[in-house]
Amino acid sequence: MFEATALNARNARIQTLFRLLFGLMTGLLILPVLIILTTLIHEGGSVISYDFLFTSPTDGMTAGGIFPALIGTIWLVAVALIISVPLGVAAAIYLSEYAPENWLTRAINLAIINLAGVPSIVHALFGVGAFVLFLNFGTSILAASLTLAVMTLPVVIVATRESLQAVPLAFREACWNMGATRWQTIRRVVLPNAVSGILTGVILEVSRTTGETAPIMFTGAVFFTPFLPQGVFDQTMAMSLHLFVVSTQVPGVPEQLPYGVALVLIGMVLTMNSLSIAFRMHLRGRKKW
Amino acid sequence: MSDIAIQTSKLSLWYGDFQALFDVDLDIKQGIITSLIGPSGCGKSTLLRSVNRINERLGYVRIEGSVEVLGQNIYDPAVELIQVRKQIGMVFQRPNPLPLSIRDNVLFGHRLHSGERGSKATQEEILEAALRQVLLWDKVKDRLDSRATELSLEEQQKLCIARLLPVKPTVLLMDEPCSALDPTGTEAVEELIWQLRGQYTILIVTHNMAQARRASEECIFMLLGKVIEHTPTDEMFVTPVHKETADYIEGRYG
Repeated sequence: MFEATALNARNARIQTLFRLLFGLMTGLLILPVLIILTTLIHEGGSVISYDFLFTSPTDGMTAGGIFPALIGTIWLVAVALIISVPLGVAAAIYLSEYAPENWLTRAINLAIINLAGVPSIVHALFGVGAFVLFLNFGTSILAASLTLAVMTLPVVIVATRESLQAVPLAFREACWNMGATRWQTIRRVVLPNAVSGILTGVILEVSRTTGETAPIMFTGAVFFTPFLPQGVFDQTMAMSLHLFVVSTQVPGVPEQLPYGVALVLIGMVLTMNSLSIAFRMHLRGRKKW
Repeated sequence: MSDIAIQTSKLSLWYGDFQALFDVDLDIKQGIITSLIGPSGCGKSTLLRSVNRINERLGYVRIEGSVEVLGQNIYDPAVELIQVRKQIGMVFQRPNPLPLSIRDNVLFGHRLHSGERGSKATQEEILEAALRQVLLWDKVKDRLDSRATELSLEEQQKLCIARLLPVKPTVLLMDEPCSALDPTGTEAVEELIWQLRGQYTILIVTHNMAQARRASEECIFMLLGKVIEHTPTDEMFVTPVHKETADYIEGRYG
């Protein structure tokens, strides 16, 4: 009575087929990442050295290191974060915890999602118009970081809003019913439980900001400067733009050099990501309900 | 008048177009346990929730009439909602301790309303008094800093009652406080509620007729948004006045 029927066998075959299919798709997904990483390490690994990381480019960009670009990218990302994280988190708290559920709130949410879909070159031109020219910041780290911040704000807002909404309503009700104001509730209960989710948004933002080229190439990043930035009104080199330059704009660059630049760029993003993920897991480990 | 804690006059309530309460007139005596019974959807939870104004958070609720707590209409525009919530504590169906330590849960309300002032020693006193009052002190005194969400459901529910006490409320509203608990837990929490009688006016919604009978002093039977009968519990269960009450108590509907 427990033998497999023909129908059982057929269903089992179909099930196996789909499992294989989905597995294959997952494999295809990972493949490009693996190829990129192995190529970069294979081709660019030999370029990386202490001098490569900590000296300026020389001989018309065809030799030397990447130090000014490395420092420049750190500046750009840091200033962009300083601008966009407080702004984005505050906006998300308003939208999630205070805003009434009406057409205006829905319109704002829609606008934020659409903002995330605006091509980065459009952000770049907006940045030129708004920050470089209108606000007269010139081509500077400030203008470039503002442009990056505007571009990545939706990521921060959406991630923060979602992690706020993942905090159970029962916690808020418990607070309100003890006479806590909205802010007391947010400060003491909602935010501490949403931090790990907010951090995810920030990680995503860092990754994207580090690699962006278009928004900075007209607003603050330059092909070459031997000087390190001294403040937010200076121009700077940046890793992403530098990669573009040594790959396509300058003749006579040794073949290995761009691979080395790309490898360092990816390494920066991956390091930041792993640090943040580790921190997030640490936070999540303390959270239980 | 002074022995009346909660008085509703001509209280009607609408959720949008749906009228959930019809001209409810009630006098709930101070310092006793009054239970609200009736079939699902009869408006007993709605009535309970209108006594600390938590219904109004849903934007589409409209209210007529008044609810006076200790002689003051809590729907008066001059009334500060925070003070209403402080005076009138609420316990929910599902225990909802905050994801904080046991200590921080109990002191949460106190810290909100005292502006964080008060020495460490005072706080410890308040903590111990509240936990003793809910019969939890001996069980948790050695792990006050562990998470409240790790307690059993029964203990969580007791903690939720304990955290109301430090702000010295006069009224405790309980919305089926035992329905998420097992029989042992139910018994323990009922016993606790019984002990709190006298100090607080307790209004408790229950689906459990046996609970209403053994754990309340007066009983209100509601049906379709109206109060049918409000008598001492013993009388209601022995000699109900209205036929609907009798039918419900005997389990013919509900």
